[in-house]
Amino acid sequence: MMVTFQVNGRTETVDVSPDMPLLWVLRDVLDIKGPKFGCGISQCGACTVHVDGRARRSCTTRIEAVEGAEITTIEGLSPGGSHPVQRAWEELDVAQCGYCQAGQIMAASALLAETPQPTDEDIDFAMDRNLCRCGTYLRIRAAIHEAASMMATEPQGNGNGAPATEIPTAETPATALPTVEAPAEGGER
Amino acid sequence: MSTPTTGMSRRNFLKVSSIAGGGFLLSIGVDPLGKGLFAADAAVDFIPNHFIRLTPDGLVTIMAQNPEIGQGVKTMLPMLIAEEFDVAWEDVTVEQAPHDPEKYSRQFAGGSNATPTHYMPMRRAGAVGRHLMKQAAAQEWGVDMSEVETDAGVVRHAASGRTATYGELAETAAGLTAPDPETVELKDPSEFRIIGTDRRNVDNRKIVTGQPLFGIDFTLPDMLYAVYEKCPSFNGTVASADLDAVLAAPGVRHAFVVDGVGNTSTLVGGVAIVADTWWQANEARKLLEVEWDEGPAAEQSTAGFARRAAELSMQPPEEVLREDGDVDAALAGAAATVEAAYDYPFISHAQLEPENCTAWWHDGRMEMWAPTQTPDSGRRDVAEVLGIDESQVSIDLIRCGGGFGRRLYNEWMVEAAWIAREVGVPVKLLWTREDDMRYDRYRPGGFHYFRGGVDEEGRLSVWEDHFVSYGENGRFASSASMSGNLYPASFIPNFRLATSRMPLHVPTGALRAPSSNAFGFVLEGFIDELAHAAGRDPVEFRLDLLDAPRVGDGGFDAARMRGVLESVAERSGWGQRDLPRGTGRGVGCYYSHRGYFAEVVVVTVRQNGRLEIGDVWVVGDVGSQIINPLNAVNSVQGGVIEAFSHALGQEITIEGGAVVESNFDEYPLIRLTEAPKSIDVHFVLTDNPPTGLGEPSLPPAIPALTNAIFDATGNRVRSLPLSKQDLSWS
Repeated sequence: MMVTFQVNGRTETVDVSPDMPLLWVLRDVLDIKGPKFGCGISQCGACTVHVDGRARRSCTTRIEAVEGAEITTIEGLSPGGSHPVQRAWEELDVAQCGYCQAGQIMAASALLAETPQPTDEDIDFAMDRNLCRCGTYLRIRAAIHEAASMMATEPQGNGNGAPATEIPTAETPATALPTVEAPAEGGER
Repeated sequence: MSTPTTGMSRRNFLKVSSIAGGGFLLSIGVDPLGKGLFAADAAVDFIPNHFIRLTPDGLVTIMAQNPEIGQGVKTMLPMLIAEEFDVAWEDVTVEQAPHDPEKYSRQFAGGSNATPTHYMPMRRAGAVGRHLMKQAAAQEWGVDMSEVETDAGVVRHAASGRTATYGELAETAAGLTAPDPETVELKDPSEFRIIGTDRRNVDNRKIVTGQPLFGIDFTLPDMLYAVYEKCPSFNGTVASADLDAVLAAPGVRHAFVVDGVGNTSTLVGGVAIVADTWWQANEARKLLEVEWDEGPAAEQSTAGFARRAAELSMQPPEEVLREDGDVDAALAGAAATVEAAYDYPFISHAQLEPENCTAWWHDGRMEMWAPTQTPDSGRRDVAEVLGIDESQVSIDLIRCGGGFGRRLYNEWMVEAAWIAREVGVPVKLLWTREDDMRYDRYRPGGFHYFRGGVDEEGRLSVWEDHFVSYGENGRFASSASMSGNLYPASFIPNFRLATSRMPLHVPTGALRAPSSNAFGFVLEGFIDELAHAAGRDPVEFRLDLLDAPRVGDGGFDAARMRGVLESVAERSGWGQRDLPRGTGRGVGCYYSHRGYFAEVVVVTVRQNGRLEIGDVWVVGDVGSQIINPLNAVNSVQGGVIEAFSHALGQEITIEGGAVVESNFDEYPLIRLTEAPKSIDVHFVLTDNPPTGLGEPSLPPAIPALTNAIFDATGNRVRSLPLSKQDLSWS
């Protein structure tokens, strides 16, 4: 069937089976690779995109269900990766393998659009369905708070119209750094 | 489609930069991910070796030679080169090297090996470049090389005040002969400006903007997509298959039976389906009707293994791996003894990016784009099974969406290559999560039957472990072995380690901190039991055991372990607080992959058994230098969180020779709300060569957790996962 919808501000019409998941239309028909395949059953959240502004699992969203909808993927979240969530993710060096992070960022940006100053409980509720196999959860939580504070202090920091500033190259990240001590006496063999 | 920059034959691109004297060929082949090639117009570029390229305008490109699986090696190895080349990190562009054993040594990701293997060679590669920059400047200025020095991409001659940028010197330097890397001068660590500083992941921007970085994202023009259906019971073969309905399904181009070679490491029998889109291929799979000849695995089950292990525990062991002193006499004479049976299940890697590989057979060549940890063995396996020469196979390395040991094994590469040769056009094979979970090489389960005792002074005096594991004919299955040198061996006067093996037809293999990820739980759990039997504080009891100023068998250095234990006790406030009932503190320490780690975990267990993990303290000793602290902390925290993921709910169950669990609803990964509240990471620097961080933080986290549960509730955890244990208390 023909389905027409908006993706990252562009109108797309595809002729595919009505039960084809949005994820695979994005990835293999429209060549939008940001949303990732992790489980296929809405368990991991790697495929998270925004459908009409809300975080949705594209792997279990049938394409017929998005007729007329506005879809945003990580590629369309901001010009040049300037969304506060993206900048916070970079600044705190959240990613390890990075595979889940597009989904994490889409879930976090949807959270902040609705709840600009989330509590830890808000973050738990919004983010618990996004798995990170590498275990970057502590930095994910910290980065969401960091993005929220960026949005609070920057004009237009509403999660969509953030200015496309350069990423700061601060030497000191906001995460807890290790402390290092000199060899203890007798510490050598 | 995201199209490679031009054609697909990497060989067309090669040999473009085999240039000026002292220059070497830099092979980077197809640039599928838009990262940019080293320019072909390279007559004046400075290329002292396979790692560095400097253009006259001062742009520095550094090759990252190892596969990136999330461990941060694509950032870390170039940091070592940039440090000794002495350029500003901000001026460096990092490129992923393709697989090329002629140019790069030990190009693999595994065993926390990158740091110990490459720390010196990468520094030397950079130092060669710096040496040539100084030589070029000295030559141009007619001064002695000893009179010039470098400073972040600039050479200075203090006496005359002359300076030149590296870019300005590139052409001259390109004409010089490179010095011997083994004897080139290296910086003193006190001069480091990149090593030891926080440097962000070089792929961060691409990750946060969703660029097509991963194997699953790679495409070629006219590429088709494949799925591969295998027998649910390991290593079964296709008896008959009705492919008519599959071939008639929308988008399907090919469907065929593959006989395989009967080896789960390379190619087992199955049915390939190839279609225009992956979803169509996978949908068509539902129409597949196959009769399987189940292999010998069909007789095996988790319940059967448990029954057999219990029987074996009552019999004399098959083999004694180590015996010191007189265990039976020491047990008879001990002040207190403990008997305990520990076990842990099979678990699966579950890296988030499912196995995938893109392959194209053309002109007698197999070109592959593979997110693999071990391209050497991938190439070998492909060549062997397809009956072609290894020189006909080329592999581009693509960022892996997690590794954890799964991508040490490359049967998905062989499957992709086999299918690609059959269909003659580029093919991307992609497994489903179900394929991944049901055809892994699992962390093997195991059973430990312990007896131990303490003497009148409360010291550990006797230890016996009958380890019931997997294997046959006197050999252990992969990653199912135990060494007689493993701590606490050689620290207890009366010690016996014995084993009995059960035949296994389920494939097993290395999973992050292989064997240590299980032994940490059982060894440090049983030591904790003995500490309590002795009425001793668990940290003091361990320090006592380690009170031997020597290096034990197997290279274990007691002093280094004491160092991290004392440090973690101090940082965590061990022994200083009275915790309420239901809240407890546990400790664990473990040596693996050359790293010493001690960890303390605080938990709260509600009366109904609900577990909450609180704060965690980690202290590690991986030698004299933490190369990239920002990533080191991330990696250590990830290791701890993965450990808890193993412990909380993960179990692979075998029934009828097949895996029961198929996806994350049945095989849960730890989630954000289950993660610890905080993980304090601290490194003790010792005068030892720097070693790796990918694995050693994981093993002690599990016993620290289970020992904390005991402290909180009195429930001693001797079996995992925790989801199957009753932790309630009253």
